[in-house]
Amino acid sequence: MSERSQSLVHRRYLRHSKKFPNVWCAGCGIGIVLGAIIRAVDTLALDKNDVAMISGIGCTGRMPVYVDFNTMHTTHGRALAFATGLKMVKPGMKVIVVMGDGDALAIGGNHFIHAARRNVGLAAVVVNNATYGMTGGQHSPTTPWGIQTATTPYGHIEQQFPISELAVTAGASFVARSTVYHVRELEKYLARAIDKEGFSLVEAIAYCHTTMGRINRWGTTSDMMRHLKEHSVTSRQAKEMSPEERRDMIVRGVFADRDIPEYTQLYDQIIERAQQEALP
Amino acid sequence: MTARLMQGDEACAEGAVAAGCRFFAGYPITPATEIAETLSRLLPRVGGKFIQMEDEIASIAAVIGASVGGAKALTATSGPGFSLMQENIGYAAMAEIPCVIVNVQRLGPSTGRPTSPAQGDVMQARWGTHGDYPVIALAPWTVRETFDLTVQAFNLSERYRTPVILLMDELIGHMREQVRLPDADTLELARRTETRVPPRWYKPFENFPDGPNVNVPPLVPFGEGYRYHITGLHHDERGYPTDRPDEIRPWLDRVFGKIERSLSDILLYEEDGIEDANILVIAYGSTARAARHAVKQARTRGSRVGFLRLKTIWPFAEEVVERAAARLHRVVVPELNRGQLVLEVERVVGRQKVRRVNRADGEMIRPSEILAVIEDLEGAV
Ligand SMILES: Cc1ncc(C[n+]2csc(CCOP(=O)(O)OP(=O)(O)O)c2C)c(N)n1
Ligand code: SF4
Repeated sequence: MSERSQSLVHRRYLRHSKKFPNVWCAGCGIGIVLGAIIRAVDTLALDKNDVAMISGIGCTGRMPVYVDFNTMHTTHGRALAFATGLKMVKPGMKVIVVMGDGDALAIGGNHFIHAARRNVGLAAVVVNNATYGMTGGQHSPTTPWGIQTATTPYGHIEQQFPISELAVTAGASFVARSTVYHVRELEKYLARAIDKEGFSLVEAIAYCHTTMGRINRWGTTSDMMRHLKEHSVTSRQAKEMSPEERRDMIVRGVFADRDIPEYTQLYDQIIERAQQEALP
Repeated sequence: MTARLMQGDEACAEGAVAAGCRFFAGYPITPATEIAETLSRLLPRVGGKFIQMEDEIASIAAVIGASVGGAKALTATSGPGFSLMQENIGYAAMAEIPCVIVNVQRLGPSTGRPTSPAQGDVMQARWGTHGDYPVIALAPWTVRETFDLTVQAFNLSERYRTPVILLMDELIGHMREQVRLPDADTLELARRTETRVPPRWYKPFENFPDGPNVNVPPLVPFGEGYRYHITGLHHDERGYPTDRPDEIRPWLDRVFGKIERSLSDILLYEEDGIEDANILVIAYGSTARAARHAVKQARTRGSRVGFLRLKTIWPFAEEVVERAAARLHRVVVPELNRGQLVLEVERVVGRQKVRRVNRADGEMIRPSEILAVIEDLEGAV
């Protein structure tokens, strides 16, 4: 793809009737994920009419309103369940589901594991900023141990959910993790996830400088970007490291890419079977 | 069609398929499970889809998603599941997504008594989710009427782009009656209105001034070339979030107006012997069976008792009740709860005129209990 056409991508995919500017803080990584998603869709040369973007509630949940797809901003935690209904009646559509980490794994945790287990052909994208951005930086299921948040002023004493690993265990067809610093890599993973027939997950590690970054004095957005760059390794690099060296590292890479029969396709077989049995 | 012995739950499932329902999502719960089981068998035969979700929150969410994809969609549950569904029922009301929610009521609160009939979710059906919103709820009293009102529920939900609640109860759901279902081609089915404008001009939430479908802008399914936005936030006519009162107010007026201006289509009821009555019994759902019996008995004893059975319980048939009760001295309202719809009756006809007959212990109200109240009132008249 030429540089020129890439730079025009936003014109083709963003809604011009929508009143910009967007709701996000300047420097937030959510916009980077949005950019990566539309470039991924562009690489796949999908018809916009066949793409749906569905979200839950949160800063990440505000993403669909800006893109020129069939878009739906649902309730907190339930985006995957809404998407499952849509995908079942419109199996030909590419359904992208964007969620924050709280959205996908706290209130929506049950839907998350079951969507993966069922292997419905949805492309789930979790923007993991390890906190509840929209409500002001409370701890989320991915908040690191010991960190201060708006609701853990004396330090966080819960373990983190490893989102990607959870999705692999739950049965997802494709699982990958990258960060908002590694945009090209993120974009590639997103394209593979959207292209995949079964349930796929891309975990995009981000930060929330406005809430958790400020509370923990992590500096500017550039400092947080630098952190993502310096504290992440590819899964290949990770293999060479000792558990001690790996401990505080974000491991990027593809953790699952397997062919499991997709749910709506299996359901077509159910319809066939039911109709044959119903014959006199 | 030949006569068949069937349960209310089965009749509901049959009614859904006849109404054109092609998607069901649900989670097993007594006494509604048979609706899911029946549909898991029937839907794929007609090319429809059935899915058992991980809970009721997911079920109603999937139903809304399927409806956005263009399918007539249903979920069925009982009290505990109905409670879980409330947030997303509000979403359907806010985003104006047609869908049907069946609540086969059982005795509550909490787990209550799963196999006992009750009418304790009447107010929840009206006010269960947060905020101000209009809603339609229907209550059948026989197995056959469960079929009919399920079809009506789909028709109303499509016509008015709104969630419709079918409030059954354990008695109607589990009871078997001999029914002859109507032939599918004799049914009048509502179809989702299609837009006549090209995508560029399409406004999914247009505040129509007036038109053939008063206040109901067409909802184009996702994936058909009209790329628009749906949200549970207050939104403008295109569906984009807004915090402007001058955009929120017209929306509120329209969604309430679409129901309020169509009451003659929405309010279903049956009245009998009201003209010369001096006592009126108002009932709905399974309780209406006992009430009807009591009214008949009272009449054979020479009493002038009228009977009004509400099939549509929300919106409340204010004017119907007001008119029916105008000349009357007394109104009797039996309900399987501690007094819910009676609050509406009292609001309309005045508290002094109304006698309540309530039970919320898992047993049906007996005709004799209602009859005793009628006789007591007669003595006083
Ligand atoms: C049922 C419900 N509970 C709580 C909220 C309040 N709420 C809005 S966004 C949010 C958390 C958002 O965090 P996350 O999902 O991580 O997304 P982010 O804002 O960080 O992108 C919460 C708790 C809500 N909208 N609905
Ligand atoms: S609050 Fe945090 S997550 Fe939300 S837009 Fe601002 S920086 Fe991004």
